[in-house]
Amino acid sequence: MRHIISVLLENEAGALSRVAGLFSARGYNIESLTVAPTEDETLSRMTIVTSGSDDIIEQINKQLNKLVDVVKVVDLSEGDHIERELMLVKLRAIGKDREEMKRMADIFRGRIIDVTDKDYTVELTGPGSKLDAFLKAIDQSAILETVRTGASGIGRGDRILKV
Amino acid sequence: MQLSGAEIVVRCLQEEGIDHVFGYPGGAVLFLYDELFKQDKVKHVLVRHEQAAVHAADAYARSTEKVGVALVTSGPGVTNAITGIATAYMDSIPMVILTGQVPTHAIGEDAFQECDTVGITRPCVKHNFLVKDVRDLALTIKKAFYIASTGRPGPVVVDIPKDITTHKTEFEYPKSITMRSYNPVVKGHAGQIKRAVKLLLEAKRPMIYTGGGVILGNASAELAQLVKMLGFPCTNTLMGLGGFPSTDRHFLGMLGMHGTYEANMAMQHCDVLLAVGARFDDRVIGNPKHFFEQPRQIVHVDIDPASISKRVKVDVPVVGNVRDVLKELIRQIEAARGGPDKESLKSWWSQIEQWRGRDCLKYDRASAIIKPQFVIEKLYQVTKGDAFITSDVGQHQMWAAQFYKFDKPRRWINSGGLGTMGVGLPYAMGVQMANPKATVACVTGEASIQMCIQELSTCKQYRLPLKLVNLNNRYMGMVRQWQEFFHGNRYSESYMDALPDFVKLAEAYGHVGMRVEKPADVEPALKEAFARKKDLVFLDFITDQTENVFPMVPGGKGLSEMILV
Repeated sequence: MRHIISVLLENEAGALSRVAGLFSARGYNIESLTVAPTEDETLSRMTIVTSGSDDIIEQINKQLNKLVDVVKVVDLSEGDHIERELMLVKLRAIGKDREEMKRMADIFRGRIIDVTDKDYTVELTGPGSKLDAFLKAIDQSAILETVRTGASGIGRGDRILKV
Repeated sequence: MQLSGAEIVVRCLQEEGIDHVFGYPGGAVLFLYDELFKQDKVKHVLVRHEQAAVHAADAYARSTEKVGVALVTSGPGVTNAITGIATAYMDSIPMVILTGQVPTHAIGEDAFQECDTVGITRPCVKHNFLVKDVRDLALTIKKAFYIASTGRPGPVVVDIPKDITTHKTEFEYPKSITMRSYNPVVKGHAGQIKRAVKLLLEAKRPMIYTGGGVILGNASAELAQLVKMLGFPCTNTLMGLGGFPSTDRHFLGMLGMHGTYEANMAMQHCDVLLAVGARFDDRVIGNPKHFFEQPRQIVHVDIDPASISKRVKVDVPVVGNVRDVLKELIRQIEAARGGPDKESLKSWWSQIEQWRGRDCLKYDRASAIIKPQFVIEKLYQVTKGDAFITSDVGQHQMWAAQFYKFDKPRRWINSGGLGTMGVGLPYAMGVQMANPKATVACVTGEASIQMCIQELSTCKQYRLPLKLVNLNNRYMGMVRQWQEFFHGNRYSESYMDALPDFVKLAEAYGHVGMRVEKPADVEPALKEAFARKKDLVFLDFITDQTENVFPMVPGGKGLSEMILV
């Protein structure tokens, strides 16, 4: 099953490699991993999307907690949460496609953030499935380049992850 | 007063009460060695290869309750140390390894003797640090000792660039430390312990299985008390030997791949299992699927939550320091008054005695060739069971574990997790340094001993009166055994050709060498060797080439599927 795990860790050199190393050493899957400093600059927050049986997920949680740099671990999938991912897509936009691409971006509430005479760059935010849907809806040959951030997640309401 | 980084490192070691550091100098650590030279509180032991420095410091820690300290230079100093660090990591040994690094401005430039120490050691340490500012040095070393010795112990590397050892700052060693990201659990959950007590008291076929956690957690006395109170059978893992007195009738011997018939059968057929400081690894329970063919309730006490339900699902997990948890178990069992059902326990014991009657460790005592088991039995008798025994890895290790009866913790020093050939001699050095008056013997084989043989020179320099018991069967014995059993007798590359004359080799290093070729000479030779209180004696026993270790649970098989002699 797919899980989205949030990790607060010391904002120190090498902390990211400890987490990445743990996943590769123990053969756990990483679908995506994002990390950035928080409002408290001594802490980074990481969101890991992974998958595995309940036993594996339990081990992942325990092993993450065991890392000395890790302050807190929360499996967001255990409760209500929101996931968002950012994607930038460069689309070929020539002739009649130009109108079509603009329309598709609007339908998916995307924003065109760069324009040339041949292409548009669209910024799209949402759960991963929405980004997938957008890519599916577009003529495949029109997709010139994509870049995605991987999911970030946060608990709903009073589910707060803080030190 | 302002101190240099090098002075600070030495002062930190003094503050931590470290009396021995095992190491090898080099360019990046010259300033550190200069400061060591100027004082005499911290004694430096010069090894002949960095791997041995880490092994010796590791054994120093295993045989005491202290943190072992090793000091090596950058680049090859570190890469040579890796095997030692990984060995300590697998067995959860508290250590601090200080490594030299190229100056901060040269890091990343492929400088001479540069390697990414933090990167290379990361998967085999509990934690590691690169010190980039001399003002962080004392606090970092404090953290290293704190992390190494608390919770589930382990090795911690502190990488110190050369320029940091010359920079100056005010020195103050922190008295205590708290880290928001590191708070090891100590006390077990009272509710879980209550559930455990209930299970134990209702057990009809109980079993207690303990590992290295009992040794590291200094919980042997509590374990003995618990076993005595309950009258339950007890088995130890390879790492747990000495955690419970081997001569006690409740002890069923070691369990696992080369465990006794009675221990493995009781493990497989018990209805309630209390696991303490052990981790159900592949060499202990064999195939987990087979293990679960028999239903049983499991209580698992361990300081590391990640060790619980990793390979085997347990019913009552108790996370905590094993000593505190055992104390609480004892208290609650006493309070509960009613003991386990006497009739069921009696019939369980009669079943166990029947298994024990199988005499699974029997071997040909009338053999005209020296049997390795016989040497260990004689070693046990001659040392009156009171020696520190280190071992290398292979058949001799298993025979030592099976036939030397350890009654005290921290007397049996070997590489259980990583299974590192070559540890035996440096381990013996570390043990002797930590326990100068003790009798220390290293049980080894002609293959293992050659992996760190250069340390005979270190032993000469420090006058270490070790006794090396070399079970020389001219084969990598365990490899040979597997090839005999599972590879159609094709002994691919396992014959030790072109062996040195170990007697002459020992003499060349300035020690005493003895070759023993007949069973009748075994005991006299051992007696003579151990009577030489000041000499290192290399005893080269020419043993039976075809002897195998029994019982054996073949890889992937279940615990009760043993090959018996």
